[in-house]
Amino acid sequence: MPLTSDDLQTLWLTLKLATVVTVLLLLLGTPIAWWLARSRSWLRGPVAAIVALPLVLPPTVLGFYLLLAMAPSGPLGQVTGALGLGTLAFTFEGLVIASLLYSMPFVVQPIQNAIEAIGDRPLEAAATLRAGPVDRFMTVVLPLAAPGFVTAAVLGFAHTIGEFGVVLMIGGNIPGETRVMSVQIYDHVEAMDYARAHWLAGGMMLFSFVVLLLVYGTRAGRQAGAMRYGR
Amino acid sequence: MAEDSIKFSFSLALPGTSFSLDVEAALPGRGISAIFGASGSGKTTLLRCIAGLQRVSNGRVSVNDQVWQNGERYWPTHRRPLGYVFQEASLFTHLSVEGNLAYAIKRADSGVSGIDLAEAVSLLGLSPLLKQRPAQLSGGERQRVAIARALLIRPRLLLMDEPLASLDEARKQEILPYLERLRHELAVPMLYVSHSRDEVARLADHLLMLDAGRVVANGPLVESFSRIDLPLTPGDQRGVVLEGRVAERDSEWHLTRVIFDGGMLWIRDSGDELGAMVRLHVHAGDVSIALTPQRDSSILNSLQARVSAITPDSSQAALCLVKLELGASHLLARITRRSAQQLGLEKSQLVWAQIKSVAIVR
Repeated sequence: MPLTSDDLQTLWLTLKLATVVTVLLLLLGTPIAWWLARSRSWLRGPVAAIVALPLVLPPTVLGFYLLLAMAPSGPLGQVTGALGLGTLAFTFEGLVIASLLYSMPFVVQPIQNAIEAIGDRPLEAAATLRAGPVDRFMTVVLPLAAPGFVTAAVLGFAHTIGEFGVVLMIGGNIPGETRVMSVQIYDHVEAMDYARAHWLAGGMMLFSFVVLLLVYGTRAGRQAGAMRYGR
Repeated sequence: MAEDSIKFSFSLALPGTSFSLDVEAALPGRGISAIFGASGSGKTTLLRCIAGLQRVSNGRVSVNDQVWQNGERYWPTHRRPLGYVFQEASLFTHLSVEGNLAYAIKRADSGVSGIDLAEAVSLLGLSPLLKQRPAQLSGGERQRVAIARALLIRPRLLLMDEPLASLDEARKQEILPYLERLRHELAVPMLYVSHSRDEVARLADHLLMLDAGRVVANGPLVESFSRIDLPLTPGDQRGVVLEGRVAERDSEWHLTRVIFDGGMLWIRDSGDELGAMVRLHVHAGDVSIALTPQRDSSILNSLQARVSAITPDSSQAALCLVKLELGASHLLARITRRSAQQLGLEKSQLVWAQIKSVAIVR
């Protein structure tokens, strides 16, 4: 067995983290993307910049400030302390919150682009057909922006799996709690156990390739279909 | 009339432009009212305000006694019982033609009578298209589907924003007969935005004309076309619309006789059935004036009329427009000012209008 139970545990934890984060990000990111795509408020620029920050910041910077915020005296730490939840640093929940911020732009931006591409007209047409705001979102926005949502989910998931710097800063290396695959690989390399590092690293490469192939492959297929039908 | 009409008033300025709309008008609560004017006169903006797609805080809209917005109330678009046909295709591309129609049927007012799917499909000739996707349709087909969809929501008011403007001439001719059928077969009042005088002459019963965001005319179509003070079209295209009934067919000479309020005209046989209502367009340039009936002329139609106004033609210094009265109808004649002088034309004089050609509007 090339993977030890240790490795399997980190694998499971990584998939769990990525799944939880992806689901939460689709729920949280969609209203943000909607607002960014359609608002004319002056706050649009600042919010867009904040959402995009993780794209340019070193993960350690983000992790550092999150660590401070989650400390018992930090703003997040005070809230969780008052709620009787203790501190979030070095917990799975803490990792989830950090990953939400870290992977946010990868989810928000594809959804935002897809909503912007729809434009006003289909929504206006739906309004003249008695569709209220929720109805319009479910029956017009979701189906028309579906490719954007798929891209967002895949990128959010894959990016969370690949996260390393933020995890180290606020999660540390607790087996079964915060030790995810990227950290495990790092540990194997540190311990000069290249064979086990290979199994995990190679597996991740293969996994990422297959996921991306699914996204780009089906999208190409859809476009080819559209060309076949179009006039 | 008070309870059966479409009333609205808006005043807004679009930020960043010099355009402003300042409109207050009442239109009949039945038939087709054309909102007519040059590009940029505010026609589409007015229609969007009525639909609630453009929000105007101080606006008022009421349709046959139902208040859509006033100082206190504002119904958003999806609460207004209207149908809207946009200038360019607005079909949902993720749904088939059938799916687009079903979208409207599902959300239609169930308590209101109106056409059903089978009627809409036959009225607009959609049966071969139902399974297709919007991307597979031609522009004309798409607009027909959009019109059917707007009807299936069972609107109390149908708004059409230049539904033919994005189509070429052949496609327009394909759709116009369907629009004429709507006028004859449906009771829903329509506001029809257009900058095409021919479309308006063919379809509308009433005319609201806008210029630079202001109302410059509001009246029945036939009457509005005979007004010499209105810049409906460039001078050399001036003319009137007469509404008449086909009364007689002369098959030997391939002519039909059309009776209108104030006279009758022989026209080339158009194939219309006896008793059919037709609209005739008589160009001002095709009408000449004589003081006595001409017996030795090739002109077929010579009608006695009374001069009701004479004005110089603003586009041609040599010409003037003479408005003639026949019963409840009017003709315009475009003649030289010298001729008018030589004939000694003056108001309320009886003359003979000689009409060189008449076209059925279609």
